[in-house]
Amino acid sequence: MRTDAVQTHFMTDHLDLLESHAIFILREVVAECERPVLLFSGGKDSAVLLHLATKAFAPQHLPFPVMHIDTGQNFPEVLEYRDRAAKKAGARLIVAKVQDSIDEGKVADPGPLGLRNRLQTVTLLDAINEHNFDAAFGGARRDEDKARAKERILSFRDAFGQWDPRQQRPELWQLYQGKVNTGEHLRAFPLSDWTELDVWQYIEREEMELPSIYFAHERDVVLRDNMWLAVGPFVRPDANEKIERLKVRFRTVGDANCTGAVLSNASTLAAIIDEVALANVSERGATRADDRFSETAMEDRKREGYF
Amino acid sequence: MKLAHKDLLRLATVGSVDDGKSTLIGRILVDTRQLFDDQLDAVAAASEKRGVGDLDLSFVTDGLRAEREQGITIDVAYRYATTPSRKFIIADCPGHVQYTRNMATGASTADLALVVLNVAHGLKEQSRRHLVIAALLGVRTIVVAVNKMDEVNWSESAYRSIVDEVETLAHELGFEHVTCIPVSALLGDNVVESSTNTPWYEGPTVLSALETSDAGSWTTTNHGARLPIQWVLRQPGGGRTYAGMLNGATLSVGDVVTLLPANIETTVKGVHAGSGAIERATTGLSIDVDLVAETDAGRGDLITTAPLPKVTKDFTATLCWFGENSLKVGQRLRLKHTTRVTPVRVTELSGVVDVATLHTDEASSLSTNEIGIVRLQTADPIVVDDYLDNRVTGSFVLIDDVTNATVAAGMVGRASFL
Repeated sequence: MRTDAVQTHFMTDHLDLLESHAIFILREVVAECERPVLLFSGGKDSAVLLHLATKAFAPQHLPFPVMHIDTGQNFPEVLEYRDRAAKKAGARLIVAKVQDSIDEGKVADPGPLGLRNRLQTVTLLDAINEHNFDAAFGGARRDEDKARAKERILSFRDAFGQWDPRQQRPELWQLYQGKVNTGEHLRAFPLSDWTELDVWQYIEREEMELPSIYFAHERDVVLRDNMWLAVGPFVRPDANEKIERLKVRFRTVGDANCTGAVLSNASTLAAIIDEVALANVSERGATRADDRFSETAMEDRKREGYF
Repeated sequence: MKLAHKDLLRLATVGSVDDGKSTLIGRILVDTRQLFDDQLDAVAAASEKRGVGDLDLSFVTDGLRAEREQGITIDVAYRYATTPSRKFIIADCPGHVQYTRNMATGASTADLALVVLNVAHGLKEQSRRHLVIAALLGVRTIVVAVNKMDEVNWSESAYRSIVDEVETLAHELGFEHVTCIPVSALLGDNVVESSTNTPWYEGPTVLSALETSDAGSWTTTNHGARLPIQWVLRQPGGGRTYAGMLNGATLSVGDVVTLLPANIETTVKGVHAGSGAIERATTGLSIDVDLVAETDAGRGDLITTAPLPKVTKDFTATLCWFGENSLKVGQRLRLKHTTRVTPVRVTELSGVVDVATLHTDEASSLSTNEIGIVRLQTADPIVVDDYLDNRVTGSFVLIDDVTNATVAAGMVGRASFL
């Protein structure tokens, strides 16, 4: 039986309601699906998702593994955090590598410095098939992108992993229904109604740890396509590019060669919340090269089975 | 910076295709500066590329390729806005009859419907259908934007004539709060800023109507507490707690509860939420509770307080049918109600609703997007309230056995206006 101190809790604020809704979704999917998995990149959204999952099923162990689709082009701080956070949550960590998909000839090798973001879809769908997962939790939010704004909380994927935005299942009230036939699967997005600011306020309230690159630090960066990229093994400046040492932080965490840093002095959660509240550029607009290819870059990738 | 606590209003747009729902939402978001610079730039670039002017406001929410190509909304877009007085979750719904299921998806969680009508067209059948569905889904407050006033030269008589029509229908459908506003979503009149083109109008702007509406959250009713069990959590030492999201009323340690359908009376020993043990849980919280009696309760059972819901295998319900094939008497489906899924059979079709007259006509089947009154028989007992009393225990969906598609939204009981 429980021994923790009883606290009074008469008032609920919007973070309590967002948390409760997310926990409700996590429990529904686990109850309705046979083999769920939680997609975990070590980014702030998936960190919040993992935190919520441990709350939803405490004091039991997580009833599903967590999986990282590893492009091989990550920030080392994020990989270190990934392993530590999974261990702390008592979660079994599966790492599916894009490099393996390249070695097996399933996708073309873009070269050592080439973008691997889009290749992740193949690795992800293969891993879902291999492990027979019928539901994959993701940390995507509807405020991130105009295609994501259209997606259901439980989003159906056919046997090819495709999302068909014209044929989404009606999703009435909070009656999430998760049955799929063999070979099909669901993506479940418990953070659908959270905004970037909600995520940061929740991280602060819950005193969560995050990868250090989210906080302002000095780093060698180079300005490329109007984005500050971190100089490192995947970003090698050419003769025309000027390396500068600046105080930056990352607003999102993706591959090192397509995730831009923002100039920032925000080194605490409180300072980050102030910064986010006043931002006039969206988080993906500020930091993600992968969304700049076309008007509907996210929709096109999602149709193929992307996160 | 300490961010002030704000209450949240969930709203859905309602109305026929091409009357300007997405443009109105785009106008509200742009004029209240909810869009980031890069998002505004992207809308401007897409507008230029498609040759639709400097800034097609509908592109703010119509984000899919096909939507922009055709200039229509296909599925609901969810947008989040914060003004100095309130937080909003906005569901911008499609108007086309083919996508009625998506409109119902957006409206099913709304506290308020923002109805958009074209002043020159009167109340079209599709607008009436949407208003009927919003009323069925339990929306009690509507803000009616009478749009495209610029196209009728700001005519007060044109405005009055459609308002009369709307008010008559709204009264029949039982909406409790109706606010009509003459607007031009395209030009911004009476949306965020008051218009000088309508000196004869003295009411609020659309934004101010949304900011001051007291459309409450539906999960709060004055009926009993309902906790549908989602999952049983095993505690160290051998006990178990029952996890779910509470609705209907608060639940406190010491409350006498009835476990249904088993009909076992017991007492709440402990309540636990995300942050630890609590004395009392409010509605909308995910909690797990500890009961004094040892029971074998599991997923699909309900922990309830008086007044108790009904336990039944045979009930009358109102259906919005979304299936591609017609629904027929005798048809077997699956029903998901709270956290229970059970086989179900349609035993009677008492009538189909004519949205033009609100009369219920006799029919032998229910076609796509029709609304009907049916009698259903379930394999397992379910624990229901009338939808008017509780949106959670009064609602269900029907699921196709083969494709697993959701083919109907159902509400226990019969709406007062049918």
